[in-house]
Amino acid sequence: MLRIMRNKLDAPVFTSPFLKPAGLALRSYSSSAKQMTVREALNSALDEEMSADHNVFLMGEEVGEYQGAYKVSKGLLQKFGPERVVDTPITEAGFTGIGVGAAFYGLRPVVEFMTFNFAMQAIDHIINSAAKTNYMSAGNINVPIVFRGPNGAAAGVGAQHSQCYAAWYGSCPGLKVLIPYSSEDARGLLKAAIRDPDPVVFLENELLYGEAFPVSAEVLDSRFCIPIGKAKIEREGKHVTITAFSKMVGFSLKAAETLAKDGIDAEVINLRSIRPLDRPTINASVRKTNRLVTVEEGFPQHGVGAEICASIVEDSFGYLDSPVERIAGADVPMPYAANLERMALPQVEDIISLENILKDVDENQGAPTSNEDQTPMMPLGVESNLGDAFHETETWQLNGASGLQVWEEVFW
Amino acid sequence: MAQLTRRATDLLKPFSVALSSTRLLTTTTSTTPITVETSLPFTGHRIDPPSRSVETTPQELMTFFRDMALMRRMEIAADSLYKAKLIRGFCHLYDGQEAVAVGMEAAITKKDCIITAYRDHCIFLGRGGTLLQCFAELMGRKDGCSKGKGGSMHFYKKDSGFYGGHGIVGAQIPLGCGLAFAQKYSKDETVTFALYGDGAANQGQLFEALNMAALWDLPAILVCENNHYGMGTAEWRAAKSPAYYKRGDYVPGLKVDGMDVFAVKQACKFAKEHALKNGPIVSAY
Repeated sequence: MLRIMRNKLDAPVFTSPFLKPAGLALRSYSSSAKQMTVREALNSALDEEMSADHNVFLMGEEVGEYQGAYKVSKGLLQKFGPERVVDTPITEAGFTGIGVGAAFYGLRPVVEFMTFNFAMQAIDHIINSAAKTNYMSAGNINVPIVFRGPNGAAAGVGAQHSQCYAAWYGSCPGLKVLIPYSSEDARGLLKAAIRDPDPVVFLENELLYGEAFPVSAEVLDSRFCIPIGKAKIEREGKHVTITAFSKMVGFSLKAAETLAKDGIDAEVINLRSIRPLDRPTINASVRKTNRLVTVEEGFPQHGVGAEICASIVEDSFGYLDSPVERIAGADVPMPYAANLERMALPQVEDIISLENILKDVDENQGAPTSNEDQTPMMPLGVESNLGDAFHETETWQLNGASGLQVWEEVFW
Repeated sequence: MAQLTRRATDLLKPFSVALSSTRLLTTTTSTTPITVETSLPFTGHRIDPPSRSVETTPQELMTFFRDMALMRRMEIAADSLYKAKLIRGFCHLYDGQEAVAVGMEAAITKKDCIITAYRDHCIFLGRGGTLLQCFAELMGRKDGCSKGKGGSMHFYKKDSGFYGGHGIVGAQIPLGCGLAFAQKYSKDETVTFALYGDGAANQGQLFEALNMAALWDLPAILVCENNHYGMGTAEWRAAKSPAYYKRGDYVPGLKVDGMDVFAVKQACKFAKEHALKNGPIVSAY
């Protein structure tokens, strides 16, 4: 249901994202100089979509009079009024159900969660009422709703406020899951999400709201839209593919810069869309570079990296020169202390220090020459040497030494 | 003798044909108003209940009888099919509760919305669904109303304002308040009836949604169909307060005899008028 608009001069700027040739620039041009924060990008996208379609309305906690918990909806109440910018009580299950019901009727709600941790209270409505209804009704009722809000770790907010839900929502058929990094992503993906006839989970990041990115004139155009399901190659390279999303894209780009000084040319892919996952782009990249590192903030087990790894093994196994490496957050509820929190999340150093990148390629087969650096996985069922902190689970050795260090420091 | 033979042959004819035999033709189309008293009075909570006198016509009486009898037959047949394992999974039956579906339809239009939980076969029929769509769906065929992909708990008919068909106990109540929100947003002057059972009446999301409906004056009518059991557990073991029409506290409530189709019709008419002017109302049948 994309509304196609032509400008007055009839020279198509954007007729439809899908008709646009793939190579053409949705890249931001640094020469255009205009800087826009992610917050401003989201605000402008909401503003424009609400102006264009009266059925679009925003609801959530603090979105109206408070101007948005993170000021993302600043000015919208004044512009559109309380019927269209609806402050709700702190009752996620209730207002999410109300949003989904309004979408059943034909409105286009944007439901804001203060963080996706609180969306767990409403997850029944997101999955059972929104995601599955189009299928269960055989197309009789579609649900054009967007669930948006910050996802993942913030700074010092502790275990109950720091979880990343990309993998959870990414596994659910019937949902689309988008996760922007830059301002261009934020604008284009949010507009696409609001225009989409199906439920979209839009995972933002609180720490990125204030970050500014250059945006081109195309991005600022009110017709601008990014196609759902296409990843973006942020940096081209030939030695290793790094996939990332949200804040980790920034870290991966920094890691790539440092690696470049050592002669390692990393290709960084910004996933943008967790569901549908852009498997063709990732596979094509791995077929080119032959090595893959997946980076994510969330818990490692059943994470996005696990899915990407499986996809590569299914489709491009023969092209791999070494096993896929996953970088993820530590398998532990987010600690509060700053040093522990830093260790529980992937840092730029962790992305750089990977065996995948550092291993030398064997002349004959491309197999790794040495396994010395590799810290062994704890076998199943064996108690970790840290005592019975989490005695039922195997411990994950992530990020080499730093993962182990987290266990030690967190539990003792 | 001739009369006896004719009566016997009437009995052998199919149901619909027997109905339209000569003797009954004069009453089925008559629209002379009749006034009926409901068997029990209404009880109001923070509201004056409506009158016990209900207007009806012979034609309406006939359609009430036909529709309710059809629904009863359908549910009994579904029960047999379920026991024969031709219907799989769940099959929640509405026999005994037909008066609610039929009385409600008599009071409202197809632009008003109804949403219910999984005891939805008869509501679907009342909203204009056909027996074929019903049975085909129950048996997983592509001619079913959800093309066999939904099953017993997922019947929908958006063009007649029927929004399902929901498997999660209590979820339909916030959804129903959302429909009412959209009706108010679109200025349609229509209402939503959100039906639920006495088991769902204890759900937290009901109170969350009711709070918002009352705050924003949404045209939502919550209808508790109290059959005194929540799944397998008796009402007295599950609910501290069985006065479900009072559960809304600051929201007005109405207690109705759900076995009396005239009471249901009157209550729904009354509730619709109230909801359009004053916001939500809770009723218990």
